[in-house]
Amino acid sequence: MPGIGKRMTLTSILFYAFSAVLVVAALGVITARNPVHAALFLVLAFVNSAVLWLLMEAEFLAIVLVLVYVGAVMVLFLFVVMMLDINVAQMREGFTRYAPLGIIVALLVVIEIASVVWVKRLGVDTTTAVPAAAPEGYSNTQALGELLYTHYLYPFELAAMLLLLAIIAAISLTMRKRRGFKQQDVAAQVAVRPQDRIRIVKMAPEKDA
Amino acid sequence: MIPEFASNLLSFLPEWMQATTWYGVVALVLFVSIILMMAFLTLIERRVIGAIQARIGPNRVGFKGIGQPFADVIKLLVKEIIIPSNANKLLFVVAPLLALIPALCTWAVVPFAPNFTVADINAGLLYILALTSAGIYGVILAGWAANSKYAFLGAMRAAAQMVAYEIAMGFALVGVVMAAGSLNLGEIIEAQSGGHFSYFFWWLLPLFFVYFISGIAETNRAPFDVVEGESEIVAGFHVEYSGMAFAVFFVAEYVNMILISALTSIFFFGGWLSPFESWTWLPGWLRAPSFIWLFIKVWFFLFCFLWFRATFPRYRYDQIMRLGWKVFIPITLVWILVEGILWYYQVGPWAAA
Repeated sequence: MPGIGKRMTLTSILFYAFSAVLVVAALGVITARNPVHAALFLVLAFVNSAVLWLLMEAEFLAIVLVLVYVGAVMVLFLFVVMMLDINVAQMREGFTRYAPLGIIVALLVVIEIASVVWVKRLGVDTTTAVPAAAPEGYSNTQALGELLYTHYLYPFELAAMLLLLAIIAAISLTMRKRRGFKQQDVAAQVAVRPQDRIRIVKMAPEKDA
Repeated sequence: MIPEFASNLLSFLPEWMQATTWYGVVALVLFVSIILMMAFLTLIERRVIGAIQARIGPNRVGFKGIGQPFADVIKLLVKEIIIPSNANKLLFVVAPLLALIPALCTWAVVPFAPNFTVADINAGLLYILALTSAGIYGVILAGWAANSKYAFLGAMRAAAQMVAYEIAMGFALVGVVMAAGSLNLGEIIEAQSGGHFSYFFWWLLPLFFVYFISGIAETNRAPFDVVEGESEIVAGFHVEYSGMAFAVFFVAEYVNMILISALTSIFFFGGWLSPFESWTWLPGWLRAPSFIWLFIKVWFFLFCFLWFRATFPRYRYDQIMRLGWKVFIPITLVWILVEGILWYYQVGPWAAA
């Protein structure tokens, strides 16, 4: 983490560099006109926040962020966004009409974040708030796994069931019977034998040689 | 951190620069050797497929065609790179790099020999999964930025296919992690020590098949190369690329092939462990773990890649999707359950842990 005051180490240089890119990328997400560019800025923001987590020695969270969000979620997101034919002018319509509402929401979010940070600071000695570096050979992933599968097993399984429910709900919402929809029965295709498809006919030659 | 001889050699440098220089040199050596291996893989591919198809293959440049890869590189270097007029120029140029960089970065955590890994990190396996999944961006962006229908169709196919097979791949690796009890690649190899019968391959046979076949699908190689599908969509996502820009995609594909082969031998065939470890009547050097064993195993799987390409007809797109979602994922789920039961009743090589 950034050294407080005096210590301007390599770690803090990296922290400020990646934070700067993160802020620029986050601004890019909301200002880019092309939705594909916005999605790519979001990917950049994810990668940079993963690096920030790495600097905090939270390597499991960092890798999982890249694995889940960069590797899967944003790929599907791009997949959809690229196929949309978005009319940018039409999308910008009514910007001034909705702007006040947007500003109010943005202010609320800023106040909430600020209050969370402020509450966290209450009663905390900020001069020693930098956590000690983890000992050599300490595995973040193992520690998390041990906690999740023992102490928090029940909430963890509940969360898993919730996700399963979401998957089933999403699939059942999109699975509808369509008329004229042709589907192949692969098992039947694989089970086909030559006898089912061709008939060998023995017949005498039609012409005399 | 850095070995003794290296710190002696670099003692003229300040403390903090020593490690940086050392890792820089190691990374460069690794990079060059992987690129060389990739270059000869292209030659071997053409010769092997030639042999399988009863023809000769390239044998004109140098001894038995050994100079062919270099001739190809020179040809690609001097070719013009054409950027389509309505393409998104920045993304069009960046896309090949986005395909290549993750492919090369992954090698950092691959253990080549006992105690030789560039970055020996705890969550090595997760790192590999994260980076290989990030490699899709090169393909998708290339397809989109080129502003061409065929390239776009190829990119869409690639995205769907790679996301589908990544899940099966991840589940297959869950089995490996359960068996080894670690996410560190070196520890996964050490968990398989004790001769060829303690390789995970025997106990995780279905997972091995799922992993290797998914690996072929992930690298978009035949028979899963609908992403390129010449007969339907010309050359898929890289149809608009020429010269070096195309070559970078080509390099990324082959580096990924080598990577999948290396990972398969590490996860299921004991990596740098000797297969003859338990045969005590053999001389010691044959039973000692070394880089050579990994090298032999990697080339065996690379040969399988070429063999499959020359042997199997291309899959139909809907059947690729069916194989990934409806066949591989259920297989892996069932086998993880079986493995859990084996573990619970203390059956198998991992019971002692």
